[in-house]
Amino acid sequence: MRIEYYIYLSLALFCIGIVGVLTRRNAIIIFMCIELMLNATNLLLVAFSKMHHLAGVAKNPNAGIDGQLFVFFIMVVAAAEVSVGLAIIVMMYRNIHSVDINFLNRLKH
Amino acid sequence: MSKVFEFVWLVPLLPFIGFLLNGLLRNSLSKSMTGIIGCGTVLGSFIISVMLFLEVKDGHTEIIKLFNFIQVGSLSIPFSFQVDQLSCLFLLIITGIGFLIHLYSTSYMHEERSGHFARYFSFLNLFVFSMLLLVLGGNYVIMFIGWEGVGLCSYLLIGYWFKNNEYNNAAKKAFIMNRIGDLGFLLAVFWMINQFGSVGFGDIFSRAAETDLYIITGITLLLFVGATGKSAQIPLYTWLPDAMAGPTPVSALIHAATMVTAGIYMIARSNALYSLSHLSQDIVAYIGAGTAILAATIALKQNDIKKVLAYSTVSQLGYMFMALGVGAYSAAVFHVMTHAFFKALLFLGSGSVIHAMSGEQDITRMGGLSKKLRITYVTFLIGTLAIAGFPFFSGFFSKDAILLAAFEHNKIIYGIALLGAMLTGFYMFRLLLLTFHGSFRGTEEQKHHLHESPATMTIPLLFLAILSLAGGFVELPAAVSEGGNKLSQFLAPVIPLSSEPPVSHSTEWSLMALATGLVFAAVLFAFYKYRKYTPGETTGLGKVLENKWYVDELYDSIIVKPLRWLGKKGLSFLENDVIDWIVNGVGKMVQLGGRQLRLVQSGQVGSYVLLMVISILVFFAVQFFFRK
Repeated sequence: MRIEYYIYLSLALFCIGIVGVLTRRNAIIIFMCIELMLNATNLLLVAFSKMHHLAGVAKNPNAGIDGQLFVFFIMVVAAAEVSVGLAIIVMMYRNIHSVDINFLNRLKH
Repeated sequence: MSKVFEFVWLVPLLPFIGFLLNGLLRNSLSKSMTGIIGCGTVLGSFIISVMLFLEVKDGHTEIIKLFNFIQVGSLSIPFSFQVDQLSCLFLLIITGIGFLIHLYSTSYMHEERSGHFARYFSFLNLFVFSMLLLVLGGNYVIMFIGWEGVGLCSYLLIGYWFKNNEYNNAAKKAFIMNRIGDLGFLLAVFWMINQFGSVGFGDIFSRAAETDLYIITGITLLLFVGATGKSAQIPLYTWLPDAMAGPTPVSALIHAATMVTAGIYMIARSNALYSLSHLSQDIVAYIGAGTAILAATIALKQNDIKKVLAYSTVSQLGYMFMALGVGAYSAAVFHVMTHAFFKALLFLGSGSVIHAMSGEQDITRMGGLSKKLRITYVTFLIGTLAIAGFPFFSGFFSKDAILLAAFEHNKIIYGIALLGAMLTGFYMFRLLLLTFHGSFRGTEEQKHHLHESPATMTIPLLFLAILSLAGGFVELPAAVSEGGNKLSQFLAPVIPLSSEPPVSHSTEWSLMALATGLVFAAVLFAFYKYRKYTPGETTGLGKVLENKWYVDELYDSIIVKPLRWLGKKGLSFLENDVIDWIVNGVGKMVQLGGRQLRLVQSGQVGSYVLLMVISILVFFAVQFFFRK
């Protein structure tokens, strides 16, 4: 398949993520949108990795492999982030009985 | 190399040691000890100078390099002393007359408190040190160090009585005027470094002939600006009469005998440069002539005994510049020498008069002092005769040498010089008659107090009187005695003898007779006019002269007042409006910006993210559209 389709898909996912983060107030949905953006990036990385691999495999059997490596890093970071983030959200819910992030601006007072 | 040359550095060093001792220990030394240190160090320098002179007389000259002073790239300025005929003559004048004046000061300044007495002597010693550095310096930079040093000492000594604000102003005036001149000197030195890559006299003079004429003219004119400041010529002469605020021995040493002749020394030293540029020579001659006549006319109507002498100094300095301008360098140096004798004598004599009159300086309140102050009167008379140019006194020969040189080169200058000589005879005899003849016009108390000065004051007077009498015989005119030009021949290695054929002896005789006759006429007129003097209002031209041609007022209105106005405008416009506006504006802008930016910090997480996204989009857009 042509690389452009992957790029369009990734772009669409990323934009959905951004719009979600900007517009929604529910912390869990915002979290999901962030995950969406990260995964859009992962998709792009994998697609480009495949492309470079096909182009350069004759000379180097490992061509383009580092793109896929990064994907694992991002997955690890995302997992760590989710565990911390969900913990924060749980604590937040216990304290204010809400997951609306606009209540969080209390921190500024 | 003779042994004496190894001790040249002692000549300036001794007065410097005197300066340090007197200056640092001023509160613990007794007055007699201060006097011994002050006079002794200068006497030591004098003795070494005499030994140097004897050595130089036999034809040994030397440039003694002490150490490397400045070394930058290819430019190397050694700290060197040049001992030759010219510097040696000046050494003798400075240390000899300097010693006599130090001696005189010990009793003239005796009423000062001990600490101030020592301060006076330390300044005086520092002055002698700087002056010796000036004439000994083997290049223009060392000369400039001395040049600045004497200016500083002059400032310190004019303002010696610093509790009087007028004296402080006089000191400041002298310093500022000198600084204007010094700037010219400094620029000339820079130009020389640029052009020749050296500041040594020998290097520059030997290469001057193949340099472009306009460069030589520029350098010599800038040097001359320096000389007009230091030697009180038009337009920078007004500081010298005000400098009389200092103690009288200071006026005698600094403002008559030595410092003010630094400009003449410098031009005589640079004669190889000046001889190349006729334009510079003409300017020097005309400025000198103008100063000579202007100052002489002012001196006609001054009533302060020291002011008369000050203007006469300015006028005599004008004579010397005239001589330099017509190329008679040795005549100028000769006049420096004789002038140092008789003008130091006159100043010290006036000091003796002021001392006797308990500080009175106005000659309209003197008169008839000849009976009470015999020695002062006789010596003052000798000085007056010498400066007026009576036959066989020292001033006669030196003035005659200048007149002769002027006659040979430029008849206009000659005419001015002749007129100046007449005026000199007139005002000097006016001074003499008003001070010493007629009846006493002061108060009873002063009359009762009149007394001859002590021996430490009269002995220098007598010495100087002898020198004023006999000093002229070192350079007899060719008409009087064949081969009599001993001084010119002595100076010949530094100042080449004139190659032009001398004027015939009959012309010389008639010029001498003419000058003498005119001076006699002027003196007789002075006798007729001031024999029976009664004080009265002066009007018309006399009033203009009394007010010094209003030159100070003129400077005030064309320089000082516009500067003040500029300063005031600068304060009200530049400072208050422009600079304050900028400074306050910066503050206001920061405040305003802060107040507006504060609103962005809303605490809404959503707005932060939105801003972040927008910013990233802008970055991308910039990256995309404005890539090179």
